[in-house]
Amino acid sequence: MPSPTCPLDVGKTVDLYFMEHRAKLLDIAAFLDRLDRSSGGPADDVRIRALKQVIPLLIDGQGNRTQRILERLSDHTSEPIPAAHTKAAIGVDPHGDY
Amino acid sequence: MAYIDPHIHMVSRTTDDYRRMAEAGCVAITEPAFWAGFDRSSPAAFADYFRQLTQVEPKRAAAYGIDHYCWLCINPKEAEDPVFAREVIALVPEFLKADNVLGIGEIGLNKNSKNEMAILEEQIELAKQHNQMILVHTPHLEDKLKGTRLTMDALKNADVDPGRVLIDHVEEHTVAEVLDRGFWAGMTLYPDSKCTPQRAVDIIECFGNERIWINSAGDWGPSDPLSVPKCHREMHRRGHGPSLAEKISLHNPIAFLSQSSAFKPPCEAARPTVSA
Ligand SMILES: [Zn+2]
Repeated sequence: MPSPTCPLDVGKTVDLYFMEHRAKLLDIAAFLDRLDRSSGGPADDVRIRALKQVIPLLIDGQGNRTQRILERLSDHTSEPIPAAHTKAAIGVDPHGDY
Repeated sequence: MAYIDPHIHMVSRTTDDYRRMAEAGCVAITEPAFWAGFDRSSPAAFADYFRQLTQVEPKRAAAYGIDHYCWLCINPKEAEDPVFAREVIALVPEFLKADNVLGIGEIGLNKNSKNEMAILEEQIELAKQHNQMILVHTPHLEDKLKGTRLTMDALKNADVDPGRVLIDHVEEHTVAEVLDRGFWAGMTLYPDSKCTPQRAVDIIECFGNERIWINSAGDWGPSDPLSVPKCHREMHRRGHGPSLAEKISLHNPIAFLSQSSAFKPPCEAARPTVSA
């Protein structure tokens, strides 16, 4: 575990942030439920596969969760691509092994 | 508290935003040249944009007591056509003579393509030729890690002093490498992507408060020109004294930007620090 650098103690950190993050967790749950209730369109989506793959990192008992999730969602190739055919990014590596 | 927002696109903001920022304590901003949300149809459109950044915005800002500085370049989203990009780059040296120009920026990569890389390298060379500082845009989302590394490698290959380069839009997976390699790091506070105020304060708590700043990067998309003072409130809420916000949003920007002779530290910066 990292050394304590947040000035708040554990109780105050929970008091300050719990409700906000309880709500965010329910938003993720409701989003996945909404997907279950959707029909038509593509059978699966690389973004959802990636999302489901990183969710377990939240409770795997190790620290640096944000960094590890961002790394898991990143393109890990190192050579420039031949050409940019779009300006947009989708939020996960479209060629990733999810 | 007096503060500097070192990355905001005021050409996309209203005069009301200038007023609200001034009321919140903003004393200076720096505005990098960026993508307007659509591709310009001619290099002449960039000449107009550079006039806006060097002549028009400083006057709008001054009406609210805010010092306005800018950075000039062609942004990576319009760098996929190298012939067009080079025509724009050719316009830059003339505008570097304006007295509010701090350097070349925000250059960098978007999709990490070969053409983007070529134009990035040419603009690094332009900065070197004119002894200009550099502000770097790093790519979005899944492209950020790779693009940040490619950009830092290009700067190293060009033998640029990393202390005169700020790598912007860092997040948890890029900040350590940026700081370890001697560059300055910028955190952008966006509602949907990049950093929230909470995560920016987390990053400061984990990686320290040296060579790092926060900015709103307020533009035409979902963004908040008051996100810098909102992040200061997050620091306060956690029990950090006011000296942390002053370090991140006043002393650090002044230390970095003062490497350009065009930058004049805002007089409010001389105000005494209120002890915690
Ligand atoms: Zn920007």
